[in-house]
Amino acid sequence: MTKKIKNLNLNFGPQHPAAHGVLRLILELDGEVVEKADPHIGLLHRGTEKLIENKTYMQAVPYFDRLDYVAPMNQEHAFALAVEKILDIDVPIRAQFIRVMFCEIGRILSHILNVTTQALDVGALTPSLWGFEERETLMTFYERASGSRLHANYFRAGGVHQDLPAGLETDIAKFCENFPKIINDLENLLTDNRIFKQRNVDIGVVTKEEALDFSFSGVMIRGSGVPWDLRKSQPYDCYDQLEFKIPVGKNGDCYDRYLCRIEEMKESVKIIKQCLSKMEKGPIKTFDGKITPPSKKDIKQSMEALIHHFKLFTEGYRVPEDEIYTAVEAPKGEFGVYLISDGSSKPYKCKIRAPGFSHLQSMDYLIKGHMLADVPAVLGSLDIVFGEVDR
Amino acid sequence: MNNLIDLEKKINSELGTKINTSKIKHNQIYLEIDSEDLIDVVLFIKTNKDTKFRQLIDITVVDYPERTKRFKIVYLFLSHEFNQRMILSYNISENEVITSLTPIFPSANWMEREVFDMYGVNFKDHPDLRRILTDYGFEGHPLRKDFPLTGHTEVRYSEDQKKVINEPVKLEQNYRNFDYESPWEGTKYIKELTGSNDKKN
Repeated sequence: MTKKIKNLNLNFGPQHPAAHGVLRLILELDGEVVEKADPHIGLLHRGTEKLIENKTYMQAVPYFDRLDYVAPMNQEHAFALAVEKILDIDVPIRAQFIRVMFCEIGRILSHILNVTTQALDVGALTPSLWGFEERETLMTFYERASGSRLHANYFRAGGVHQDLPAGLETDIAKFCENFPKIINDLENLLTDNRIFKQRNVDIGVVTKEEALDFSFSGVMIRGSGVPWDLRKSQPYDCYDQLEFKIPVGKNGDCYDRYLCRIEEMKESVKIIKQCLSKMEKGPIKTFDGKITPPSKKDIKQSMEALIHHFKLFTEGYRVPEDEIYTAVEAPKGEFGVYLISDGSSKPYKCKIRAPGFSHLQSMDYLIKGHMLADVPAVLGSLDIVFGEVDR
Repeated sequence: MNNLIDLEKKINSELGTKINTSKIKHNQIYLEIDSEDLIDVVLFIKTNKDTKFRQLIDITVVDYPERTKRFKIVYLFLSHEFNQRMILSYNISENEVITSLTPIFPSANWMEREVFDMYGVNFKDHPDLRRILTDYGFEGHPLRKDFPLTGHTEVRYSEDQKKVINEPVKLEQNYRNFDYESPWEGTKYIKELTGSNDKKN
């Protein structure tokens, strides 16, 4: 007599600690082997793009913090660059260094979170405790520069909102001295760890071709051996004045992606150090009074400044008719903004290209044939944050 | 090809009549085509040894409700080999069905689902055309310009029915969209108000 065997359908999430937020993954299991994975996303959909269409260019910036909320300023950067290119304005050099520095801080923030929680998903608790302490330090830098730990709203078209407070630069320099030691500690815990390797080596392998077909970017494509980094290939702001290397993986598995992230953190520290040494005193946003709001002091004394202030915070600045796509190398991959302006003070259309969206799409193909226990490992190495996937 | 101008020439000479307009701006190449030529053009730019746009970055739609060909479909491509970006677009009317790119670029799958969800554009030969970002059972297409910002329904947990229910949106105060653009002449809604008063008198 033959017994009929039915595949098991399993709901992974949306309330699962390893789902990294609100992912509902419907898994079809044959025993413990995953046959099919169907990610249901959109549980954190807030209609960011629709909201941006109804806000002025300056009001749109905070929405970008709320996309990938572990590295907020990298997203703002993409939007600021898009608007700057349309308006054709130059950013003062100090502002460029400040922006690049905070983008690299964002990269470290994101990579710490990803590396340590991936370790957590496969059973190591300590790295997250050590890593989060450093994240806290970095977020105080965010707070001192912008006023808030997470949702910074710091970048503007034409520069940054305000200059760095006194003493922040030396504190960041101090952090850069100490942090490589922390990376080493994390590496001591994980890189040669037998359990960590068993869980990650040869899991979720992506070949070069597949990485291109699935629109991968960032660590996901570099882990598979494609040396592609927008900071090098299409440099924006002052990245062309800085020296750094692009770590590239070999096998395209979860372990290589982990190694890439660790190496990238080390490179980010180098970039921050260079920014600090090259940064000179100077203006931090463009002088164009039609784009940059006047200082509080000027408002008290100059009628013209008062009018500008009023116009900028009611109508906002107008952006000439144009169509543009700009991308930055966010920690998770290529983060792009496709912007259509119609000459008014609000964007006509703002499409956000989130790297996580394409990465998560490949989940079905990556996990097919793996065991159920590999799902969190693969998901962890994809570096998914739902703020940006769902938008 | 590394040079954008050469690239534009190459594409124009090889594809000839299929390209309606092409221009170079912001270091990117913008192409406009007809919807029926999509597959030919995409296959060419993906496989030709001088273009090699191997990666589809994103698909999106721009909605112009006042036009007869209402939707502008936009494809963003990236060529790693030559470090070039391309923006390919064409216009369609509201009920037109367009060809899916999934056989050529597997990553088009979710991007087209998103376009379908947000704008209601239908795709031919798509393996799995479902809504993706909106809630289960959602109606309407949120990113269309005629969809209100506040939406049509709101969700809450009903203590009586012991479940989550959808209700028509109730706003304490109507959504106000101020027109700040011309404070000297009076804003648009005031002009409309005074205009209608004039008629009454």
